[in-house]
Amino acid sequence: MTEKDEKWLEKKISRRHMLKITGASAAGAAVLASGMGGVAKAFGFDILDDDQTAENKVLFYGKHQSGITTDTTTHIYFASLNVLVESQSELQDLFKMWTPLAVRLMNGERLEESSQGVFTPPKDTGESAGLDAANLTVTFGVGPSLFDNNKLGLGSKRPTELTELPHFSKDQIDDKFAGGDICIQACADDPQVAFHAVRNLVRAATGKVTLKWTQTGFTSTPKVKDKKETPRNLFAFKDGTVNPSPKSAADMKEVVWVQPNESTGWMTNGTYLVVRKIQMHLETWDRTSLQGQEATFGRHRDSGAPIGKKKEFDEVDLNAKDASGNPHIPADSHMALARKVKDRILRRGFSYSSGLIDETGAYDAGLLFISFQKNPKQFINIQNALGRADKLNEYITHRGSGIFACFPGIQKGSYIGEKLFNVL
Amino acid sequence: MKKAPFLLSSILISAALAGCAEKEASSQPEVAAETIDLQNEVDAYKQFAIEQMNQFVVETEKFTEAVKSGDIETAKAIYPQARMYFERSEPIAESFGDLDPRIDARLADIEEAGQGEEDWSGYHKIEYGLWVENTTEGYEEVADQLLVDTKELRARVETVEVTPDLMMTGAVDLLNEVSTSKITGEEEIFSHTDLYDFQANVEGAEKIFHILEPEIEKKDAALTEDLQAKFDALYELLDKHATGEDGFVSYEELTSEDTKQLAEAVNQLGEPLSRMGIIME
Repeated sequence: MTEKDEKWLEKKISRRHMLKITGASAAGAAVLASGMGGVAKAFGFDILDDDQTAENKVLFYGKHQSGITTDTTTHIYFASLNVLVESQSELQDLFKMWTPLAVRLMNGERLEESSQGVFTPPKDTGESAGLDAANLTVTFGVGPSLFDNNKLGLGSKRPTELTELPHFSKDQIDDKFAGGDICIQACADDPQVAFHAVRNLVRAATGKVTLKWTQTGFTSTPKVKDKKETPRNLFAFKDGTVNPSPKSAADMKEVVWVQPNESTGWMTNGTYLVVRKIQMHLETWDRTSLQGQEATFGRHRDSGAPIGKKKEFDEVDLNAKDASGNPHIPADSHMALARKVKDRILRRGFSYSSGLIDETGAYDAGLLFISFQKNPKQFINIQNALGRADKLNEYITHRGSGIFACFPGIQKGSYIGEKLFNVL
Repeated sequence: MKKAPFLLSSILISAALAGCAEKEASSQPEVAAETIDLQNEVDAYKQFAIEQMNQFVVETEKFTEAVKSGDIETAKAIYPQARMYFERSEPIAESFGDLDPRIDARLADIEEAGQGEEDWSGYHKIEYGLWVENTTEGYEEVADQLLVDTKELRARVETVEVTPDLMMTGAVDLLNEVSTSKITGEEEIFSHTDLYDFQANVEGAEKIFHILEPEIEKKDAALTEDLQAKFDALYELLDKHATGEDGFVSYEELTSEDTKQLAEAVNQLGEPLSRMGIIME
């Protein structure tokens, strides 16, 4: 960390903030032990604590990063960055600098308590003032290109699984929405809070990173008597019926979290994020009969039940046939093809709407598909199984793509990505 | 033609408002209470602006002579070079709300101000003649007026009250100019000599930085280092598009990847440049 950054971050804890954290006794004790006068420091960077009293707050510290098995929020601002730093220590400093900022943001605080002077621009861009944390999560990951960058000397740390995704049948990936050295996934129940988080993290890293591509997304979870239902995509179909439950530790262990010796050492308790920007051709979809729509997915639209069944979670029987001997669920339906793969992934999808496609005037809208898996192969197998056969391909085009290794969780006193630098 | 005079004053006003609000909030005691003495710096900048303006008059004289004698090629060659003196000292030039548009308005600026083509004068009008109509005929009077206006600008520069704030805001504004109009090719829409203006704007900002550098160094040595590195990086990028000793390729030759790289380098510089104000705090 440069001297300048340290100055920037050297802030006294405000009285209000101090009361809050000392109120939460365990956390308070930690701060007290490390000295009352200011923010505790380790490795030359600030250590801030989760403010347990903050409204609508998700914890920053933990075994795993937030924003992965955390309840899905209504908004996302996903950013893919390229690094401009030219050495490993500068990269390390970048993550150290980001750590206390991420804690602050997830506490619903701004980067400074109040504006410090009038002759310089405010340190915090300020648009989140008056808003609470809105369940903000900030998730960091690193892409394959970071390990290809010889100046950073991370080649030997590269997990063998972390390679650019292969070309899938019918992909039309536009480089404008592909790849990136680092990803920041900011999710919140308020679009302004999510945007503010990325904007300020990127701004604080001016000269060290540059934005490669970004995408906003939204999703809404319907509720029936307070019970959450499966959200719907822009084709109106329930999306995520067979998703493993983030509440099931066993499932998450099996599907999402890298276990010791399953990947390179520093990835233990981390996971791989796959992001796809999938344009959905809403105009053609809306001209498709209900029967055609349902045959495409293999489910009934309104209930979400497998075709021929009544309820969303009714068992899927790919062999069930109608009176004339045809399968209820067409073999080329999205569900039938996906079902044939044993692999599972944790999906955390959002819809997006980004204006219009210039050339056609069609909606530029679709699915910001995000999935987490302990091995990218899980996603690759599923995507390959869908292949050319998937009837859904007629209505969608994959435009953007990225894969990132998401660090394990951060412990207080450590910093984002520390294990990448210190653990083999 | 820049909207900066307006911008500048609105920045001052909002700074004043922010100051008041902060006092009321009372959590932050100091609002730049003590002012540091920057008279030498201010004088140095004014001196720089005057030198630039002197050269601007000399070059404009050559330019207008070429126009009046019908020497299209010479006029075209002088055009981008002469303008660089103006662009370097723009924070000063644009403090004259009347003269700046007479010298530097684009047709789009005139139309935006609700005026017609007949109100258009100055460099960009002759630019249109040279590059679109490929003639100087009918532009003799425009040339005469341009020289008169340029000389008046030079004379009035003496009267500008330069403040540290004008310098610091001006440096950032110069870069903002680059990122809003030079990088899009809107400034030199007929001649496509935008990179000359680009280079000059950056040099103008760098001059301000260099004048203030010792003061910045006292407050934050890392910032001066960072700024110099960012200026160097930007020049290096500009050099890739240089032709010969002191020329640049046409804006039309830049790919979108080129302009994106340039725009990013400008942003990487603009962010730390906006922190020069720490010397006042």
